[in-house]
Amino acid sequence: MADQLATGSRRGLKPALPLLLPAYLWLTVAIFLPLSAMVFFSFMTDLPLAEKEWAFTLGNYTAFFSQGLYLTLLLASLRLGLEVTLWCVVIGYPAAYVLAKVLKGRSREAIFLLIILPFWSNGLVRIFSWAMVLREGGILDTTLNAVLPFKINIDLMYSYPAVIIGLVHSYVPYMVLTCYLTLQAIDDSLIEAGRSLGASRFQVLKRVIIPLSMPGLIAGAALIFVPVVGSFMEPRILGGRTGTFYGTIIEDQFVAVFNWPLGAALSFILLAVVLIILALAAPVLRRAG
Amino acid sequence: MCMPRLTAFLTATAVFVSALAAQAAEEVHVLNWKGYGADEPWAVADFEKATGFKVVNDFFNSEQEMLTKLRTNPGLYDVVMINAAFNDQAMAGKLIQPIDASKLSNYADIAKDKANSPMLNHDGKVYGVPWVWGLTAVAINEKSFDKPPTSIAEMWDPAHKGRVIIRDDAVEAVQFGAIASGQNINDIKDMEAVKAKLTSLMPQIKTFWSSENDWNQMVASNQIDIGTYWSGSADRAKTHFKLPVSLVIPQEGAVAWLDAFSIPAGSKNVAGAEAFINYMIDPKFYVEWVTKVGAPVSANTKAVETLPEDAFNRKVMGNPEVAKRIQFQAPITDEQREKYLALWQELKVNVK
Repeated sequence: MADQLATGSRRGLKPALPLLLPAYLWLTVAIFLPLSAMVFFSFMTDLPLAEKEWAFTLGNYTAFFSQGLYLTLLLASLRLGLEVTLWCVVIGYPAAYVLAKVLKGRSREAIFLLIILPFWSNGLVRIFSWAMVLREGGILDTTLNAVLPFKINIDLMYSYPAVIIGLVHSYVPYMVLTCYLTLQAIDDSLIEAGRSLGASRFQVLKRVIIPLSMPGLIAGAALIFVPVVGSFMEPRILGGRTGTFYGTIIEDQFVAVFNWPLGAALSFILLAVVLIILALAAPVLRRAG
Repeated sequence: MCMPRLTAFLTATAVFVSALAAQAAEEVHVLNWKGYGADEPWAVADFEKATGFKVVNDFFNSEQEMLTKLRTNPGLYDVVMINAAFNDQAMAGKLIQPIDASKLSNYADIAKDKANSPMLNHDGKVYGVPWVWGLTAVAINEKSFDKPPTSIAEMWDPAHKGRVIIRDDAVEAVQFGAIASGQNINDIKDMEAVKAKLTSLMPQIKTFWSSENDWNQMVASNQIDIGTYWSGSADRAKTHFKLPVSLVIPQEGAVAWLDAFSIPAGSKNVAGAEAFINYMIDPKFYVEWVTKVGAPVSANTKAVETLPEDAFNRKVMGNPEVAKRIQFQAPITDEQREKYLALWQELKVNVK
């Protein structure tokens, strides 16, 4: 098997081309071209539509630095990304462990299905369902008051926690799936060896399981962190007056004020910041792994 | 052997293509707010039956989105509903074309002050046909008030903390702040006063609304007491959705707007567009709309005259006392808009 793979790769790129072509063609048309157009827009004073005058400028990028508002929002969004990622680890990792190491057969399939199920529903529907649960007089409020002997008032809607809850719910399956794959690949005999050599359960977790599943954790964290920093739908619907984030401001530029150049510039600044963070984090995480 | 088949194939294709083209020519693509008259199913069915054109509705959530859609889809739309204050901008951007008003039999009945508005007429040409006008005023959840308030200051009352709603729109928010600080909405001298007013309003706010549906749901689930709202929408909430909503025109005044229909440049069905606009300004459509669903005030004087004497849109909106209090929106320059947006974004960020 390994031999065949080796000879396959030695034969070079040519035979692989027909297999690669559709994917690369698609990426070029659907991602590379629009993205390049956006890079171009971000350096323009106005869109070249309806014979409008336009010129090249750096003004869209300097706008980010000249107004404290964008930096404040970017930091708020990065914090949101970190918090959501953290909660996804806290919730998703144990679930993945149970799925990979404790449950077997039918029950594993059933639980797995329950975790993937939210993926099959529309994101907007999920967020609006949360709105029904979280608001004052909503499902959570009514249920708790019906069960508890004392009166409590739960109104999480239109607050920062509501945004966190909505985002964690949307993204936790990524963490479960990536961690499940790496956890499942850990040979049980390694864990048994550790135990038989006198390591406590905690030591096995710390010295064997977590290091070996680190690639899954990192992949999951990156998959979650990046889109959450730029998220706009969840904060807008669940956040109310506190729901202004970097992503919502970018959306405003495109949808509300038709300033595509500024919106594009803000998006690329976000992209740059996220890439820098991932680049800085990579060696640290690799060493930890 | 092969030829007849080929011919048949070609004929079939030609028939198919011309059928498609014919169908496309018969369509009238309308761009408007959702749930704002032009998409009423009974109206669409009635218009289609009378004229044979097929109506295809598309919607926007803000004036800026409407302009974006016009810019990015040239030739797609045949009719667009534009707030008169934005007509200038749409014309300057070559997004709309002049309308031959003589082809609209109902045009003569439109109130002269509206039809001749300098916002809709440029170089002696008509760029917008006035449809309806109304107010951005204050609406209340009747369950929260024994008697309706008279002052805009009610929104700052600590009793309503966390139960106030305003629209997520920089221009509307700033003009609202101007009214609350006793200024002319079209010539705001003291921006600091507007900012101070809005800053102190922020902690009162539950969330921002962007569509009628948002507002109505907040009232239906009894989550708000009071907020800014459009007169036609408040009427619709009460008439059509049977919600406990009523409109208040505060003693400090209210923002008035005029909505008009235009024909986008590059429209493929100008005749259909003219027929649709004429139908929309017809008293018959208006009366059915306002009684069945609820609507703002028609710009067509004959349409208003057919309403009962005590109808809100005739009695209150036609009241000279009210007319003195309201201020019509004038066009806004891009610099002003950007300044308003910067202020609004700053306010929204500072609540964090």
